[in-house]
This record gives sequence, structure tokens and C-alpha cells, in this order.
Amino acid sequence: MKVGVVTFPGSLDDVDAQRAVRIGGHEAVALWHGDHDLRGVDAVVLPGGFSYGDYLRCGAISRFSPVMTEVVAAAERGMPVLGICNGFQILCESHLLPGALIRNTEQRFLCLDQPLRVENNRTPWTSSYDEGAEIVVALKNGEGSFVADAETLDRLEGEGQVVARYLGNPNGSLRDIAGICNERGNVVGLMPHPEHSVEDLTGTGTDGLGFFTSLAAGVFA
Amino acid sequence: MPRVVVDVMPKPEILDPQGKAVLGALPRLGFSGVADVRQGKRFELEIEGEASEEVLAQVHQMAETLLSNPVIENFTVRVEDASGAEVLA
Repeated sequence: MKVGVVTFPGSLDDVDAQRAVRIGGHEAVALWHGDHDLRGVDAVVLPGGFSYGDYLRCGAISRFSPVMTEVVAAAERGMPVLGICNGFQILCESHLLPGALIRNTEQRFLCLDQPLRVENNRTPWTSSYDEGAEIVVALKNGEGSFVADAETLDRLEGEGQVVARYLGNPNGSLRDIAGICNERGNVVGLMPHPEHSVEDLTGTGTDGLGFFTSLAAGVFA
Repeated sequence: MPRVVVDVMPKPEILDPQGKAVLGALPRLGFSGVADVRQGKRFELEIEGEASEEVLAQVHQMAETLLSNPVIENFTVRVEDASGAEVLA
């Protein structure tokens, strides 16, 4: 599959995400924030970083970049989209996912090896995992605390839209939520960084690779 | 040139870690009597021409679309004159 990775001004993890895509068995296609088309890709990754310097709010300005118009339209047609960290923030600002990410409860930027539980393995990004699988991947964020109103949280839990939960909540995210998906399941946002955990040489092991091999299983609509 | 001010505040039910940190710092500096602190953002928009109702409606749209995130923040819009005094729109 051809997997696009968008680079915004201030993206940091775009090259790691491209590498993870290739290790996952796919062709990585570099997309630029100013692009008006998605170059024929089958899926899109919005990588981590500090797009537009996190000015105004994390992801608030990236949301209006030309490529996001295309990503939103493709996501609504069912294309798999994965937003990692800043990418998750962009998906929330774009209203592709509910809720928002605010500053960590303890005010600190965190950089950890973070244990997670995969709660939903029916998305195109998580089908390689067993439901309930416990994995460890890198986590690094300053504004990673997931919030939404109680009704939205109930709906996310009731509809199985919680994709991953923290084992040991690092940042105050409500109901330990580390990642969610939209109703259809094709759009996934995740605060931790599976793209940093795909090779034994670096990172926390290879637990993150499943996010990039799942696409091959082809379970999406 | 009229100035339109948009104040953006975290919703009351949203935890405000920055406000909490400020609240925690005040007694350490010897200031007492503050029960709570919330931290927000203030935007000053210098308007070309008059701050008409139409312009203010546009500013509302700007605030909803870009300046605030309605999931976590509330905003207010008001007009100020050059001295900073509030003008009734």
C-alpha cells in the first residue's frame, strides 16, 4: 500500500513515521502541508511534532492547511488516517475526532516508555494486535491530556471507540484514554508514538510495529 | 480605528493546569487571599472602518473557527476605544 506521511512546518517525526511505514511493508509517500492532492495514497499518517510552533493551540493552524482539506475529505470517504501526538491534536481540531488535548496535569513535558492496552483491534491501524494486548511504546508530550465532556466519553466507551488506554496514567487523560477512533473506525488518534518502537536497535522494542503492519490485513471499509 | 477584543477562557469544567500552577505560586510569593486562578488568552483585533454589527458577527465567526476551540474554551467579544474603555456596540 501507499501510505502518505504529511510534513507540516514544525513536524518532527515525519521521517520516523515514513521509516515505520516502510518497515511495516508499505511504500511511504511524503506529503507536504501545502499539497492540494494526496498523490494517490491509500492511507495517511499525520506525524508528531510542533506544527506551526503549537501557536494558538496545538494543531489549530495546521488544521487549515491545504492538505488537511484533502485529508478530511478522504477520511470521510473511509480512508485510514492515523494521527500520532501532534497528529492526534490536528485530528481533534479538524473535528475528525471528538474531544481535545490539553496541557498535562503536572505541567511537565513527559518522555517515557509507556505501557498501553490495545482496547480496539478492529481498526485498520490496530488489527495486528490481539484485543487487550499490552504493549510498551514511546510517549513524549506536553499537551497530551485527553478531555471531552462526560456524554462524549460515555459514547466513546460504549461504542468501542477507545482504541488504547494508558496503564498508569501519565498526563491526566480522562478515563486513561491514550487513543480513540471515529465511529467508522478508519480515523485513529493516538498520543503515544508507535513509530519510535518499530526496531530493536532503537526505542523501546518493536511493540509499535503493529500499527504499521495492520494496514496489510485490509480490514477497512 | 476601533479595537475588538476577544477573550478566550478554558470552560469551567475543564481543568486548567496553568491557572493551578499560578495559584500555587502566589502563596509562595507571599500573596494571600486568592481562591482560584484561571488562565486564558486575549486577542486584540484592530478593525478597518467601523465596528459594525456585521463586523462583530464576523469576529464571532473568527472566534468560533480559529481563536477558540469550542470543545474546551468559551469566548467573549467586546469593543474598546483607544483608551481601552469598553464601548457599547
